Amino acid sequence: MKFLIRVASLLSLLSVSLPHSAIALNGDPYIHDPSTVAYDNGKYYVFGTGGGGLISDDGGWTWHSGAVRPGGGVAPDIIKIGGRYYVTYATGGGGMSGGHASNVHVMWSKTLDPKSPDFAFHDDTIVARTNGIEDADAIDPSFLYVDGHLWISYGTYFGSICVLELDPKTGKALPISKPVDVAIDMEATDLIYKEGWYYLLGTHGTCCDGANSTYNIRVGRAKKVTGPYVDNMGVPLLKGGGKLVVGASGRYMGPGHFGRLILGDDVEKFSCHYEADLDRSGRSVLDIRPLLWKDGWPVGGDNFQGGTFEIQSQRSGGALELGVDFVRMAGNRGFGGGPGGGPRPAAGNGAAGAAPGAPAAGGPGAGGSFGGGRNAPGPVAPVPNQQLSQVESAWPPGNIELRLDDYMVRPNQEWTITPVANVGGYLGQPFFKITIAGTERALATTPDGQVVAVPAYTGAPEQLWQIDQLIDGTYRIQPKVMSDPNGPVVLSAIGASTPALVKFEPKSDRSRWNFRTP
Amino acid sequence: MSPYFVPATNGPKAPDADGFLQRWLILEPINKPNRSNTVFTDTYVRKTLTTEYFPDQMTAVPKSGDKVTVGDQQLTWHSVDATNFDAKLFNFAYGLNKQTYGVIFWAVTIVNSPRERKDVRLAVGSNGASMWWLNGSDVVDLFNDRRMVMDDVVSRPLTLNKGKNVLRGAVINGPGLSDFCLRFIDENGNPVKDITTSLQ
Repeated sequence: MKFLIRVASLLSLLSVSLPHSAIALNGDPYIHDPSTVAYDNGKYYVFGTGGGGLISDDGGWTWHSGAVRPGGGVAPDIIKIGGRYYVTYATGGGGMSGGHASNVHVMWSKTLDPKSPDFAFHDDTIVARTNGIEDADAIDPSFLYVDGHLWISYGTYFGSICVLELDPKTGKALPISKPVDVAIDMEATDLIYKEGWYYLLGTHGTCCDGANSTYNIRVGRAKKVTGPYVDNMGVPLLKGGGKLVVGASGRYMGPGHFGRLILGDDVEKFSCHYEADLDRSGRSVLDIRPLLWKDGWPVGGDNFQGGTFEIQSQRSGGALELGVDFVRMAGNRGFGGGPGGGPRPAAGNGAAGAAPGAPAAGGPGAGGSFGGGRNAPGPVAPVPNQQLSQVESAWPPGNIELRLDDYMVRPNQEWTITPVANVGGYLGQPFFKITIAGTERALATTPDGQVVAVPAYTGAPEQLWQIDQLIDGTYRIQPKVMSDPNGPVVLSAIGASTPALVKFEPKSDRSRWNFRTP
Repeated sequence: MSPYFVPATNGPKAPDADGFLQRWLILEPINKPNRSNTVFTDTYVRKTLTTEYFPDQMTAVPKSGDKVTVGDQQLTWHSVDATNFDAKLFNFAYGLNKQTYGVIFWAVTIVNSPRERKDVRLAVGSNGASMWWLNGSDVVDLFNDRRMVMDDVVSRPLTLNKGKNVLRGAVINGPGLSDFCLRFIDENGNPVKDITTSLQ
């Protein structure tokens, strides 16, 4: 056993675990004012201010420069409608050179891949403009496409945010459409739609001031895309309202330029930049994080950082565990006990006696006592949790089946989840290994599609896991290797006590998990 | 200045439907150059807005057309009614061909109450920082670089005297759309509407 563990440890060095500081996007995710992230033929693209942008070809974890966008200007956005990627951006304005005269452009291309023969932008047209004197500044444009209608929002802190309707067949302004004022005190807006509500997100606070940028993303909602938008307190966005979606945290200052990614039922993420990533010289970077929904409002989630947890089924509340013998621990005297000593058979009160061979916790009063009575308890003292060293030697050496059971804070129920470097990832996150805490026993899939715990983590693909937070805050746990044309295959509680790998059911608690502090 | 302000008339004016006060005497902006809004800390704003720029700054109720001298500036008080819920100071200055950035605006109004009212609060939003005095006492302060949000900073419970109450404020800004909105709210957060504002 010891030899195998030494070999396994050596092999695990080949796929290095990342340190447990904040997990930031991999590669060189440097960008300012990012567009919504767009998918095209196996890769993700995001454009930024000034032209150019980032590409990811590993599912959205690692990002490098290479996206190409003509026109320069600021704060672009992308939307795919039919066979076209419409791209919008603004030139002029922004007050940076003192002026607020600005133009919003829309153009389109069949593809975002600059290496494709179809890559070419067409029909660059100005769809909205401000003259520098009126109470608006036409920058930071952003698309929304709902029910066959295409809308664009634009504007900054100078004056109002405006919403204008465009023709989805051409990207040009509809002849009868006029801009409608919908908010003040905002820039970098983004319109989204969910279940009968239009949401206007945008930044409050200051941009472009590095670690001192107070940028934060806020939201109001309305039943019509032209408003009136109000926040959770009923304060109109035209009077400065806005409910916080995401602000600074940890090493990241100044989130702004929200973009939504809908990945399927109940799985949503958002992109943004941070004005300053303090781990990267305070440079402006892209991030992709879970988007949660609470009581009809979007809430910025945090990327899962790993750690040691109980993995609890949302279905039954059962904890994922190795299928090994339950081992009794000291502390089994609920009431009526005498002073001190180890475990002994119960005196006819129905309480179970100690299991043979179970180590005693020992110590006076270690049994715990209830009330006083004729047998007064000894002094009160803590009982240690059951330790791995007390039980591990009895576990089988090979693969161990998994089950769900009542959580008892036992070693076979504690899982350490660790991000893994150099194995790729998915939108916003790396893959994780999931091991029994203090061991290298790792969650893995088998060739026939079962889930087991293998004796030692080797970094093999079947031992890597994708963890996505769902919109209600629970998590989906998905093996890297298994895929199904009908949808993702995920860890599910197919019985109250039985985990298995089956197709993700968005509306069912079977597919949902919580990570709870042990 | 139009369409954001129209000349005020004499006599009382009711607040708007949401209780926002719209009748003001506003002084043309004092030059206070600041190329950035990062300087407006509590300490800086308190010191700068309690500096005396002209005589009787904290006590006099001016009349429309009155002039004051501040350094090499000669500045005039204007009586205006905001046509919206907020007093768009940027447009006030722009419309008078005055500087719009790096400025201090002073504003005064008389709040008339038919009865003594305790437990009302003054709720203010401003772009940028500002300080507000009711009957000579500092009651609401808004510090740091900020944009105008309705009911942003709210005072402790205050007493409105029966009859006249003098409400005075100063707004300071670097680059930005100087602006403020202001109303009284009751203990339930609802606007106080049975008051009026006037120029004297």
